[in-house]
Amino acid sequence: MTDLVVMRDIEIEGRSDEVWMPIIKGIDLTLKKGEVLGLIGESGAGKSTLGLAAMGFARDGVRISGGSVEFDGIDLLAASADVKRGLLGKRIAYVAQSAAASFNPAHKLIDQHTEGPTQHGVMSKSESEMDGIELYRKLRLPNPDEIGFRYPHQVSGGQLQRAMTAMAMSCRPDLIIFDEPTTALDVTTQIEVLASIRDIVEEYDTAAIYITHDLAVVAQMADRIKVLLKGDEVEENETREMLSHPKEDYTKSLWAVREFKRPQKPAVHTDATPVVSVQHVTAAYGKVPVLHDISFDIHAGRTVAVVGESGSGKSTAARCITGLLPPSEGVIEFDGEALPGNYRQRNKMQLRQAQMIYQMADTALNPRKTIGEIIGRPVQFYMGLTGREKRKRVEELLEQIELPGSQYIDRLPSELSGGQKQRIGIARALAAEPKFIICDEVTSALDQLVAEGILRLLAQLQDELGLSYMFITHDLATVRSIADEVVVMKDGQVVEQGPKDEMFTPPHHPYTDLLLSSVPEMDPDWLTNLLAERGVDNIGDAAVGKMD
Amino acid sequence: MSLWLTIIVALVACLAGGWVMRFAGQKATNNAPAFRDMPLGVAFGWVLGVTLLIWVVYTYYLARTLPQPDANKYFFFRTAIEWFIIFAVAAWIFRVFGRLVGTAGSRKLFRQMPLTASFGLLVILSYALVAIFAGILAPYGQEQVLEGVAANIPPGGDPAMGGNPEYPLGTDQIGRDILSRLIYGAQNTVGIAFATTCLAFFLGGSLGLLAAVLGGWLDQVLSRAVDVLMAIPSLIFALLLMTIASAWAGSERWLLTIYMVIIIAVIDSTRVFRLARAVGLNIVVMDYIEAAKLRGEGLSYLIFKEILPNATAPLLAEFGLRFCFVFLTIASLSFLGVGIQPPLADWGTMVRDLAQFINFAAFAPQVAAAPLLAAGAIALLTVGVNFVVDWMLKRSSGLKE
Repeated sequence: MTDLVVMRDIEIEGRSDEVWMPIIKGIDLTLKKGEVLGLIGESGAGKSTLGLAAMGFARDGVRISGGSVEFDGIDLLAASADVKRGLLGKRIAYVAQSAAASFNPAHKLIDQHTEGPTQHGVMSKSESEMDGIELYRKLRLPNPDEIGFRYPHQVSGGQLQRAMTAMAMSCRPDLIIFDEPTTALDVTTQIEVLASIRDIVEEYDTAAIYITHDLAVVAQMADRIKVLLKGDEVEENETREMLSHPKEDYTKSLWAVREFKRPQKPAVHTDATPVVSVQHVTAAYGKVPVLHDISFDIHAGRTVAVVGESGSGKSTAARCITGLLPPSEGVIEFDGEALPGNYRQRNKMQLRQAQMIYQMADTALNPRKTIGEIIGRPVQFYMGLTGREKRKRVEELLEQIELPGSQYIDRLPSELSGGQKQRIGIARALAAEPKFIICDEVTSALDQLVAEGILRLLAQLQDELGLSYMFITHDLATVRSIADEVVVMKDGQVVEQGPKDEMFTPPHHPYTDLLLSSVPEMDPDWLTNLLAERGVDNIGDAAVGKMD
Repeated sequence: MSLWLTIIVALVACLAGGWVMRFAGQKATNNAPAFRDMPLGVAFGWVLGVTLLIWVVYTYYLARTLPQPDANKYFFFRTAIEWFIIFAVAAWIFRVFGRLVGTAGSRKLFRQMPLTASFGLLVILSYALVAIFAGILAPYGQEQVLEGVAANIPPGGDPAMGGNPEYPLGTDQIGRDILSRLIYGAQNTVGIAFATTCLAFFLGGSLGLLAAVLGGWLDQVLSRAVDVLMAIPSLIFALLLMTIASAWAGSERWLLTIYMVIIIAVIDSTRVFRLARAVGLNIVVMDYIEAAKLRGEGLSYLIFKEILPNATAPLLAEFGLRFCFVFLTIASLSFLGVGIQPPLADWGTMVRDLAQFINFAAFAPQVAAAPLLAAGAIALLTVGVNFVVDWMLKRSSGLKE
């Protein structure tokens, strides 16, 4: 096999505050024809930047300052704009993370699909339309004959991602760069996209660079894996070799993340009063019903994980408990006492007892307030502490979340990393000295190592303070590591609930089974085996079922 | 017709010149990327820009060297070029000064500042100083009719042109010193405009944020009321209300100024309301607002402590822009005779009083310059504020160059 892409000693710099800072510090990369290379690393490791550089492209405010990029013998960095225009879209294609943001909402899918081939003179418009339908069929999109004639908002996220892959394939490129194509999707949808991407890449013998932060995903897709850390290469190896024998400590730590697991706690006494009890709650946004008669209990010192796909009503259940969405039927009880449905009618004591931690720390912390003000406000509001006492309490709280006080207390949220911001969110909840905390997808926006740190912290705080958690998540690995009890939701109903160990051992409810089996595993044969088990046609059928 | 023909021929020549330049550049630099990937439009732009620059320099040279009265044809052109250079140099010196003096924060601010913004800042600062120290700076009173001095002395102070060096900007139609009146005008016009804008922001800003937080029927009532007010052309509406107000004020002329401030503030607060509500709506959906609501915080804490700090950047930018509009509205009303009342010096009134001299522009440009002085003072401040606002908007939106 010959080398398709050869990158030598690539250095890339980004401009911040009038200074050029290195993003990629001298990385070599070679890709053979028809080979799939996985690029993994934390956010900020430079994966996407390196992927784009393989196209000879740098984003605004970023420049390729050293090294060379050769694509099939053509020097991309020295090539003229005309030469590059002839290559990009035709021989090199790009699939972005958010297909919803990358399609033009004003044009039909097929019109955007045919743009590349007609522009490059590969096919006529009608040929390209026929070819597009063929590709849609190969990517197992439902109704391949018609789906192209819809607008982007009329198809689901997973379908859009596959339509985008079809668009990248339209000129039969030699190289496709996939930038986190499944990160924004639910696990059950992710499988369909992964399987179809893998098949079509194999069928046309296309080389690909697959960028992701999810090890289990890259294990299914890539022939070789390259691990990046802060702009440097950590190691590179064949997938199987890399998974079984990682050499570097950093790689080993990535692999080890998924091993954090709390032991199952003993069953609760049946007569104990739960901290929070959701009883037959039904709720609706206006006239659209979202929750149908859901009930579950959360006991003192326990973690109840609520899992389900997006749109299953898990966050709405949290909104009912906090009182942002008063239920139309049913009650929420706190320590055996019924709470008013609307948070405005609850007293300060009731509000203090239930706190919330949010998914996006960026929007959960006021960007114009210092850490001291953010954490200090609930301390002052609920506990009535001011001046020196308040500051002392804030420092104690910062100590508890493992961010030594004096250094962080006067900073703004923008001066902290994602994981640190999430810790501040936890501290703000703790400041109210609550009994019960709702954690809404608190780790899903974080890198795996950082997320694991947050989970460990939450577990430790639970042991120290006897907190109860309602843990909303779509990630079953998180559930496995932290939950005591699991509630599975689908379409606003509770499908199944029980202690964790029971939930993770068969027999399952069919939907729980679908969820569980869709979680990617580190085994590179997992996807192949799973597809064989389910039967490939099943996936297509499932997708068609969802359309109706 | 021949003028149009000349322009078309010149443009075609520039296009050809652009192609030749690009071709020559490619050959000379051995296909450097800058020339190789240059679109024809860009090459055309370069040649056109250079041609225009040469034309400007040549015309300025003509204006300096031609004997009178031919040079008079180029009087305004020459003045514009000279002032442009003076302003640019002043702004540059001001920026250098700012980079050397002051705290670390202010020095950093000046380092990142484009020349336009430092020009705008300089203009605003000078206007503020002039307005504050008008009583000291002005050689004569704003209402003082100079005894024994002719009326209508043209500006320039050149006796050959009918000027008088003692009154460098000349005198008006009843013999008052124009320089003094310009200086006092800064106090009256700018001061009143500033007060009006502040009032408009207080009204529109607080109601807009309130509508954003509470929503529901209050939002509906306020927004529809604002829609109704905005549907009426603002200048005509202001004129109408001012006519009514002058009937109320009767012989108390100073009351009319108060009414004017209130009327313009209410009309302009509708625009502020719209912006504050839109910005507020974007902030209200943030999780930190939800967290504050669930904590049990009151309305005033939500608005002033959580929302307002995040809305200051767009509101401040709008303040600059709104100030310009208010300022222009006051000048227009004064020009129409219902604004700031004589004998108070006001730029709008000054333009109106001397307006007929504009007819002399063809043969006595110095005379025609008299009404343009006040107009220029208005334009300069508006441009300066806009430069600063543009810069602030760019900074707050995080755009990079």
